[in-house]
Amino acid sequence: MKNSFKIISLIILFFITSYNSNAAEKVEYLKTDWSFKGLFGKFDRGSLQRGYQVYTEVCSSCHSMKYLSYRNLAEKGGPEFTEEQAKAIAASFEVLDGPNADGEMFTRPGKLSDKFVMPYENVKAAQAANGGAYPPDMSVLAKARSGGANYIYSLLQGYEDPPIGVILDEGVHYNKYMYGNKIKMANQLSDGLVEYADGTGATVEQMSKDVTTFLMWTAEPHLEARHQMGFKAIVYLIILTILVYFSMKRIWSRVETEI
Amino acid sequence: MSDHEYTPKSKFGKWFNDRLPLLSLASHLTDYPTPKNLNYWWTFGGILSFCLITQIVTGLTLAMHYIAHADMAFESVEHIMRDVNYGWLIRYIHANGASMFFLAVYIHIFRSLFYGSYKSPREIIWIIGIIIYLLMMAAAFMGYVLPWGQMSFWGATVITNLFSAIPLVGEGIVTWLWGGYSVDNPTLTRFFTLHYLIPFLILGLVVLHIWALHIPGNNNPVGIDIKKPSKDTVPFHPYIVIKDGFALLMFMIVFAFFVFYAPNILGHADNYIEANPLVTPAHIVPEWYLLPFYAILRSIPDKLLGVVAMLSAILILAALPWLDTSKIRSAVFRPLYKQFYWILVADVLILGYVGAMPAEGLFLLIARVATAYYFLHFLVILPVLGFKEKTLPIPLSITEPVLGGSPNLATVKNKESLNH
Amino acid sequence: MADKKTNRRDFLFTATYAVGAVGVGATVWPMIDQMNPDASVKALASTEVDVSSVTPGKTITVLWRGKPVFIRRRTKEEINEARAVKMDELKHPEKDEDRAKDPEWLVMLGVCTHLGCVPLNDKGDYDGWFCPCHGSHYDISGRIRKGPAPLNMEVPKYEFVNANTIKIG
Repeated sequence: MKNSFKIISLIILFFITSYNSNAAEKVEYLKTDWSFKGLFGKFDRGSLQRGYQVYTEVCSSCHSMKYLSYRNLAEKGGPEFTEEQAKAIAASFEVLDGPNADGEMFTRPGKLSDKFVMPYENVKAAQAANGGAYPPDMSVLAKARSGGANYIYSLLQGYEDPPIGVILDEGVHYNKYMYGNKIKMANQLSDGLVEYADGTGATVEQMSKDVTTFLMWTAEPHLEARHQMGFKAIVYLIILTILVYFSMKRIWSRVETEI
Repeated sequence: MSDHEYTPKSKFGKWFNDRLPLLSLASHLTDYPTPKNLNYWWTFGGILSFCLITQIVTGLTLAMHYIAHADMAFESVEHIMRDVNYGWLIRYIHANGASMFFLAVYIHIFRSLFYGSYKSPREIIWIIGIIIYLLMMAAAFMGYVLPWGQMSFWGATVITNLFSAIPLVGEGIVTWLWGGYSVDNPTLTRFFTLHYLIPFLILGLVVLHIWALHIPGNNNPVGIDIKKPSKDTVPFHPYIVIKDGFALLMFMIVFAFFVFYAPNILGHADNYIEANPLVTPAHIVPEWYLLPFYAILRSIPDKLLGVVAMLSAILILAALPWLDTSKIRSAVFRPLYKQFYWILVADVLILGYVGAMPAEGLFLLIARVATAYYFLHFLVILPVLGFKEKTLPIPLSITEPVLGGSPNLATVKNKESLNH
Repeated sequence: MADKKTNRRDFLFTATYAVGAVGVGATVWPMIDQMNPDASVKALASTEVDVSSVTPGKTITVLWRGKPVFIRRRTKEEINEARAVKMDELKHPEKDEDRAKDPEWLVMLGVCTHLGCVPLNDKGDYDGWFCPCHGSHYDISGRIRKGPAPLNMEVPKYEFVNANTIKIG
């Protein structure tokens, strides 16, 4: 019995670990150490704040972040801007509100309770402004790509000249890590593009890492709480399991047989 | 229940019990004689009950915040994940709970296959179980549609389109299912309603499942009939309660690992993309627990026959008590059957694997071979084995092989009399 | 000897029950808490209102936490009338000074304290509000004067963040 159980578990383990890999060509993504990976993973606040800066200054002109609210920037587990900073960030955007007493829509400075302002009114407008391609919303982008953080990190650094024989249409670029290698977004990052508020050198690699960390947080804002609760839950379960195990042994000792 | 008469201790208890014998029922469940040689493969029934309750409770709380409308569903799920207190936790428990539910049900089913729990007199328990399994698949399928991601939408499109394979009325049925000319809002709202309903149907069937079980009593690893109560049995409480509790806790540790540390690993990234009727994902894949049947479906080139094959693969299980002609229940004493059992397990795992792969080339070939073998196992191998197999001698009682200590098991002259 | 064994067994079982109970509680709490106001609702817990267009004698109604709030800019006569009322005339004695820190501005929940209808402005026998549902009359300080309502209209937490803006909540 025990042997068959072991065999089954190994088979299942094999399938689970190999299941997630790309079905098509195997591309090795660029790797870096992510502070949020692992059982005790946490977000690096500085990286999150820098990543927010990259998002705002580079990406937000095309990519929306529609499920985030400005108050999220001040909440625990995220970039943890102060409430004043978050309020100021919100106020720097014009938000559509209304109708007013005259029945008209109007704009006003953003509040903490507002959702992130979108660069385009709707998907069609976004497509029209970007050669027919829709720049995807980034709220859960890190979870919407099977390569996850490594994929986004690699893609941002993966622009290169197409290999010989590959013809690109107008407005299409070659990217080593993009699924299918053809991408409508041009390379966005270059060294020194952003001047980080905390003075960190803004290399392409640094910006890629920071904005990917930020996107991981936008996709999983409760990651840290989840890890912390998970640790407590599993420790608790192990303790209770041990107690129940010994209770079980105690109870079953009344029966004179051991099967 | 023809048990001993239970007399409640308190006056109120007596008064109530005379009108609605709940206390007698509780006493029956507590004293229920259970074979004392049950191994851990028998704990999955209790684990499944836990899974059902978990899904119902988390589902109820999610339904307080979820909006079943095509324009708002995805956003409402994000609202749950971000704003609702502990929403992320409840959602991840519900999503991973579905996987854990199926993991447990597969182990439970394969336990039955190994130990012959489906055999007489437990055929009805087994058939009710198959119906529960079918309802589970329906509930899981519809539940997966609700977040309205790309896989939700396209999985719904592919599977509902299957019904068009039915001759004459197929197209009409599909339109009727959709409530329109494609998967759209009417489909979503009705799937939500049915997804909410089915768990309670399952709950009712589980009651019948357990009731039917309590007539003959549990099977056991040795597969022989035992008298109950006797030296061979223990009362359900506390012996089985504590053992089921221990197994449940181990199960919950695995569950917790998924929920807290890998909550999306069993899912598909494409379902975090909002449903888009104009863009089909490169690979449409159902959740892992439906993969073997997906493989069978795709292995047949003809649309209708593919659907028939897929359904037959499940329904054939209902005929199992009659397909397996062996008089011996437990594979412990059926060395040849045991080998074929493990081949079947491998076959199902292989089907699951190719179900996740594109249906072409080597994968398609393997799927076809594995599908053929699956049916071969049930339709040919099992009936033949029953007659041809030389089984090992079965013990007289369950304590005997252990207490005796000697390798010489008393054999039974007439095997027929034991398995009545 | 038997005693010692029993004690150890009791301790084990008691400890198991106790630890188990903690787990049950920890599991039940999120199920209950998820019904509490979520983060997006709590973010709208306060509202800012621009009152620059409210002239003396005018009342505006705004929505706060899903309920109507009356904001009235009172005239000098109305303030005097409110202040002149004696406490023993009131079912729910409250000084006007306690209800309107800046006497010019009356801010209160426009919800009748009887059964929750919205009273009508500039109606009733006391120069204030009248609730048509069951005939409660409120005065120019929003206090119940006649009718079945037990309490004065509630004054929420509010403050002037600048000369033209009131933040409620």
